[in-house]
Amino acid sequence: MLWKRKDLLGLEELTPEEIGFILSTAESFKEVTTREIKKVPALRGKTVVNLFYEPSTRTRISFEIAAKRLSADVINIATETSSVQKGETLIDTGTNIEALKADIIVMRHNCSGAAAILARHVGISVVNAGDGWHEHPTQALLDMFTLKEKLGRIKDMKVSIVGDIAHSRVARSNIWGLTKLGARVTVCAPPMLIPPGIERMGVSVTHRIEEALREADAVNVLRMQFERDTQGAFPLQLEYFQDFGITQERIQKAKKGILVMHPGPLNRGIEIESSVADGENSVILEQVTNGIAVRMAVLFLVSQGREQKNEDLN
Amino acid sequence: MKILIKHPRVIDPVQALDGVRDILIEHGKIKKVAEGLQDEAARVIDASGCIALPGLVDMHVHLREPGREDKETIASGTRAALFGGVTSVLAMPNTAPAIDSVAHIRLLKERIRKTAAANVYICAAITKGRQGKELTPFAQLKAEGALAISDDGSSVDSTALMFEAFKSAKEHDLLVICHCQDSALSGSGVVNLGFTSTRTGLRGISSESEFRRVERDLGLAAEAGARVHIAHVSCRESVALIAAAKKKGVRVTAETAPHYFTLTEESVLGYDTNMKMNPPLRSAEDRQALRQALGDGTIDIIASDHAPHTENEKEIEFERAEFGVIGLQTELSLAINELLEPGFLDWTGLVQRISLAPARVLGLHKGTLGIGVDADIVIVDPRKDWVVTKESLVSKSKNSSFLGKRLPGTVAYTICNGVLAYENQREAPQHPKGGG
Amino acid sequence: MKEKAKVLDNEALSRSLIRIAHEILEKNKGTDELCLIGIRTRGAYLARRLADCIKRIDNALVPVGSLDITLYRDDLTLVAAQPVVHKTEIGFDITAKNVILVDDVLYTGRTIRAALDALIDFGRPKNIQLAVLIDRGHRELPIRADFVGKNIPTAQSETVEVRLQEVDGKDEVAIVEKG
Repeated sequence: MLWKRKDLLGLEELTPEEIGFILSTAESFKEVTTREIKKVPALRGKTVVNLFYEPSTRTRISFEIAAKRLSADVINIATETSSVQKGETLIDTGTNIEALKADIIVMRHNCSGAAAILARHVGISVVNAGDGWHEHPTQALLDMFTLKEKLGRIKDMKVSIVGDIAHSRVARSNIWGLTKLGARVTVCAPPMLIPPGIERMGVSVTHRIEEALREADAVNVLRMQFERDTQGAFPLQLEYFQDFGITQERIQKAKKGILVMHPGPLNRGIEIESSVADGENSVILEQVTNGIAVRMAVLFLVSQGREQKNEDLN
Repeated sequence: MKILIKHPRVIDPVQALDGVRDILIEHGKIKKVAEGLQDEAARVIDASGCIALPGLVDMHVHLREPGREDKETIASGTRAALFGGVTSVLAMPNTAPAIDSVAHIRLLKERIRKTAAANVYICAAITKGRQGKELTPFAQLKAEGALAISDDGSSVDSTALMFEAFKSAKEHDLLVICHCQDSALSGSGVVNLGFTSTRTGLRGISSESEFRRVERDLGLAAEAGARVHIAHVSCRESVALIAAAKKKGVRVTAETAPHYFTLTEESVLGYDTNMKMNPPLRSAEDRQALRQALGDGTIDIIASDHAPHTENEKEIEFERAEFGVIGLQTELSLAINELLEPGFLDWTGLVQRISLAPARVLGLHKGTLGIGVDADIVIVDPRKDWVVTKESLVSKSKNSSFLGKRLPGTVAYTICNGVLAYENQREAPQHPKGGG
Repeated sequence: MKEKAKVLDNEALSRSLIRIAHEILEKNKGTDELCLIGIRTRGAYLARRLADCIKRIDNALVPVGSLDITLYRDDLTLVAAQPVVHKTEIGFDITAKNVILVDDVLYTGRTIRAALDALIDFGRPKNIQLAVLIDRGHRELPIRADFVGKNIPTAQSETVEVRLQEVDGKDEVAIVEKG
């Protein structure tokens, strides 16, 4: 197939074929990451700008390594060092980056839909590195890549996502991607952390962790942010761990060989027990490694998508 | 100046008139409505194939003056009104400063006198500075010309104070227009709470935050015996509460805006900030309930909630963008498209909702084409479509939900107080200028 | 696309490969330190076939790898048909090896240039030799083949199509007119 998109904004808008294509392209890039010399010249002479309105060390570094392994130049802009604090609008910032002749903007933003708005206003590629509670497509893609690598396929696999579904872009992107590829997804959280209408995204809902783990091939454990202000509608930390924490005991009762995933950073002892995070079921560090291959694939594909578009204009 | 409108189909619910007549206008008033009228001295408008309606009375308009003249002015807003066939507007008091005192009304009246292109009536604030703390002097405001009071943009959260407001309004026979929103429930939401808020990752505003407050205000108004008007109804539960209150004899009227009977929450999926308004766009079921309520009269009135905002306030992240969209120029076309053509209303019903009922609620002798009435007339060509573009919108702000949309019903002429105030240059054939 | 001439048929193609295999063995004095790396897609199949030939001749197993050069192309921004990134599979160390790089058609030399860059990233071979089934001329870089199945003079307006059983269902080489 041909990749036609200049942007990657979310998985909701992608077809199953497009998601499959990113994952298979990422397999080729994973081989590159195993070489002695891990750098290829594919994006030589291109500039990738990491525009981060929210602090995120790991996603930013993963994108930076991915871009550098493609030989692109990388500029990091964080809110505290840019004109953002002086009140420049998102669109002005974006058009300025475009005028500086950058080729790809990788953006993290605390407002849902920010990447879509930016992409409408610039001609260069936009990759969503997380927008508000909306989507975090590359995280979901690397989760799916890891699942496919470990389980052989995604279709018909049972995946449970546990934690604050309501406020999680990782959950949303995973749900869209996994259901499109035919996985059976269950979300598990206290009722107050399940957003309305979530079952219309094609998932089952449970409030019991044992039920979520019983038949699951993999469990994706979301980071809990108890400091979040949601008008008091948040469970107590201790209570949450008792009811939903991923403990060794619960994993032992779950399906044998269940994969334990976590998008990081880990809150040890809050949503996941240390022994599980470091245990034999955990693929958490492999997720991190796979993130580079997936992001290389995404950066490469969107740069090609844009070239394609420019050619159409000629 | 005399104007003779020849051969339009004339709609006037008051006279139970729906037929081809000529209309003669003299000295700002309607002089005759009959067949075969002749007048040598009059300017003649050939309106064959067009429909003549009483000029639209839009009782929910934000003219932004004084204070935010970058968004809209009395001059630009009333010009947009005339382009949309609207000859009278009720200006909402959430300006800077808020219209909460005699002095502010006087200032506003002076500006209206100098710059308004259409009739502008004044709605004053319920509380000082719209802070929800202390009532404004209703008697003085009314004496100075305020036709209604409202803290539109927010609701008076204190039940006790709101009850005082209704009692005082009853005493002075002032209409209370209620923006119904329990902010404790709506929180920092920006779209309808439900699958749409889940899908977009945007914070939700529940229908409950609206209808709980509708329920409260209907109860308070009933107890005080005051006249209450529910602004921008967006959900089916509010419709049901209003219907029940009407049945019990509460003196309630209600309005909804064209975007609520035209669009649904799905429109926000692309994060278009011109789909962001308060209350938010709701579900398809809510939209259907609103259309039916307009059809059966549970909702009496169509009002635009014309809310201009500059590009700087709209071309930003969805969560940070201002609430509200403009609507003066599109309301008639949308009503034709969404209510008339699907059969929820006929022309007579449409005139009732968009001209007559708001005129009556505000106590204006308008919304009819009776002899001696102010000659506020819109002549619309139902055969001609038009496309909503930034260029075709004459409001200072261009934040329309309908940019790029083709709509039926082009306003050919708007006559305001007997003067030909707007003439669609592109569409109308050239007529010889008459005398008078 | 109009087919102008068939250049090699099934048998001729097979004979060419056997001859190249002999030449490789002769020049490298056997199979010590020898390895074959084919450029995807068709070069990879040809490398595998050459290895089979060598095995039949010398009864020796030569390691075979495949190389995807997409990420090294100098025309990434120009190609009309979007390149698809395939996996590179070289399951052995090429350092100090005699590497036979295999491709189907040698034309401008740019693919080989990219392949050389890619190979160097995998290690430091003792030497790299180039085997191609067809050399059609029109070089744009100072590159030549060490082993050639057949030299075919062509016009720029023509394309040489190598069809292989593994991908195309038959073995043959044809010249076709572009557009």
